Amino acid sequence: MSVSAPATTLTAEPDQIRRGLWRSILTFCRRQPLGTFGMALVIIVAIAGLGADLIAPYNPTANDFAAMTEAPSWAHWLGTDQFGRDMLSRIIFGARTALLVGLSSALVGGVAGLVLGVGSAYFGGMIDLILQRVLDVLMAFPLIIMALAVVAIFGTGVQNVIIAITVPLIPRCARVVRSSALAIREIPYVDAARACGFGHTRIILRHMAPNVVAPFLIMITAFVGQAILAEASLSYLGLGVQEPVAAWGLMLQGGAEEYASTAPWIAIFPGLAIMLSVLGINLFGDALRDELDPKLRNR
Amino acid sequence: MYRYVIKRVLLMVPTLIGAAALVFLLMRLIPGDICVVRLGSGGGSFDPRAVAACHAELGMDRPMWLQFVDFVWGFFRLDFGTSMWSGKPVTTEILARLPISLEIALLATVVAISIAIPLGTISALKQNTWLDVVVRVFAIGGIATPSFWIGIMSILLVLNLSNAITGTPWMPPIDYVPIWKDPIRNLSMAFLPAITVGYRYAAVSMRMTRSTMLEVMREDYIRTARAKGLLDKLIINRHALKNALLPVVTLIGIEFAFLIGGLVVTEQVFNLNGVGRLFVQAVQNQDYTLTQALVMLTVTVFVVTNFCVDLLYAWLDPRIRFA
Repeated sequence: MSVSAPATTLTAEPDQIRRGLWRSILTFCRRQPLGTFGMALVIIVAIAGLGADLIAPYNPTANDFAAMTEAPSWAHWLGTDQFGRDMLSRIIFGARTALLVGLSSALVGGVAGLVLGVGSAYFGGMIDLILQRVLDVLMAFPLIIMALAVVAIFGTGVQNVIIAITVPLIPRCARVVRSSALAIREIPYVDAARACGFGHTRIILRHMAPNVVAPFLIMITAFVGQAILAEASLSYLGLGVQEPVAAWGLMLQGGAEEYASTAPWIAIFPGLAIMLSVLGINLFGDALRDELDPKLRNR
Repeated sequence: MYRYVIKRVLLMVPTLIGAAALVFLLMRLIPGDICVVRLGSGGGSFDPRAVAACHAELGMDRPMWLQFVDFVWGFFRLDFGTSMWSGKPVTTEILARLPISLEIALLATVVAISIAIPLGTISALKQNTWLDVVVRVFAIGGIATPSFWIGIMSILLVLNLSNAITGTPWMPPIDYVPIWKDPIRNLSMAFLPAITVGYRYAAVSMRMTRSTMLEVMREDYIRTARAKGLLDKLIINRHALKNALLPVVTLIGIEFAFLIGGLVVTEQVFNLNGVGRLFVQAVQNQDYTLTQALVMLTVTVFVVTNFCVDLLYAWLDPRIRFA
């Protein structure tokens, strides 16, 4: 009996955590209806992207010249494009491209920015000064201009688009993280860690970085939206993802304007997909910020 | 104020030189030799002497540091060399396309400010009413919607509306005529692109106006003004707006960068021969001298705009210049 009691307590812990998590989600939904709507949109895009192979009714790259620019019907819910490809299938597969580019750019750019920002704040002095001037220079490049310059060097394609969007996101993240980390550096536990003889890497990664996670997470959600928009813009310009890969921006290139009056669905649906997914991410990110910052809760 | 201006100028110079160094290095990161890429674009074989001549023409046969000094010196003299694609001087190419982009940028800023400030203020004053919700959805929609899609949709709308009203579809003109020569033709060309770019710009500024107005309206001095019995109109115009608009001014400056980005895409949608379209063409044609010059020009516009915004901010808020 004396042995079984602690075991029961231990097994109850994950349940409590799970219940706590559900309660937090329910509280979030009650307090943030717009944020919940955003979260729902994000979940839909994520399901579409992850399960595209199972959900999409047609092959997104298969041309059907007998069904070119067909209006929405039971066979093709969102119509077909100028090559007879099913629009719905291409939009579903486009979600995968958007998520791939959006998430990888935001995560890689965000993590690199996090390390640079916390490192800069932690070391201070000359390192901070030099790093800040370098960030000033990088921040002077508008996102799309920097992305275009990187594409000019490395060329087009999914991988290069991810690099092109990641590079300009790094300084933006580093700048915000640094300002939060500067305040944390002054808290005595960092001095305590230093007094214990811990190395710089351990203090930065284990003691400082976890404490700037809240602004970091909010920024990452904003970055995913920005990256999806940047990818769509680059692909629209013909400098991003290339055919036959399904990408929302690419779907708006060429055919969308050419068939604007005869087949408007070619222009309408991919744009709606971009708008709704970025809207969802932004609403969710805003709600997350409001929820984490008590001052903004009633605004 | 003079000390503040000097300090800001001194901060601006290293940023510009750093940006020049980065652009210079980026263009030399291109895999392979630019001249080989240029001469080999046809797919055939080429004479090594032609490559050497190309190196000499672009100044690539000289040491790297000398090339950089030349690049910076050329930048100060606005001499960026010749375009690798058209063979014309880069400055001539840019100057020919600048008026159209400048006009759209200015019109978009006017559109943005005239939408953002009144709507943002109303939204804050009518917080949590249906009007506030509509304005917020309008603003967040502007941030989420790609400007090129708004452009395509506006063309679609104009085409269908004009067809329904007059029986013949109408499209905005794509050739640039100066406003003093033919104002109607000029504005019908620039109107839709300006709204397309200005909507996103307005959306961001609108959110900021709302947020700062909400903050200011809760300040003690507003309560004091109310207690004195001042009219709401006076409180808003004289006390609240003046303070609430300070961060909005900064944001408008920062967002100018997005405006440039928006132009790159919007000019493509409306088929306008502006600087943005020239940029895309330069990247597509692998015209590195032109790309280099355009990146540098954009960065300079961005840095100088931020400098002007900082000065304006310091002039509006004495706490900044005396800090």
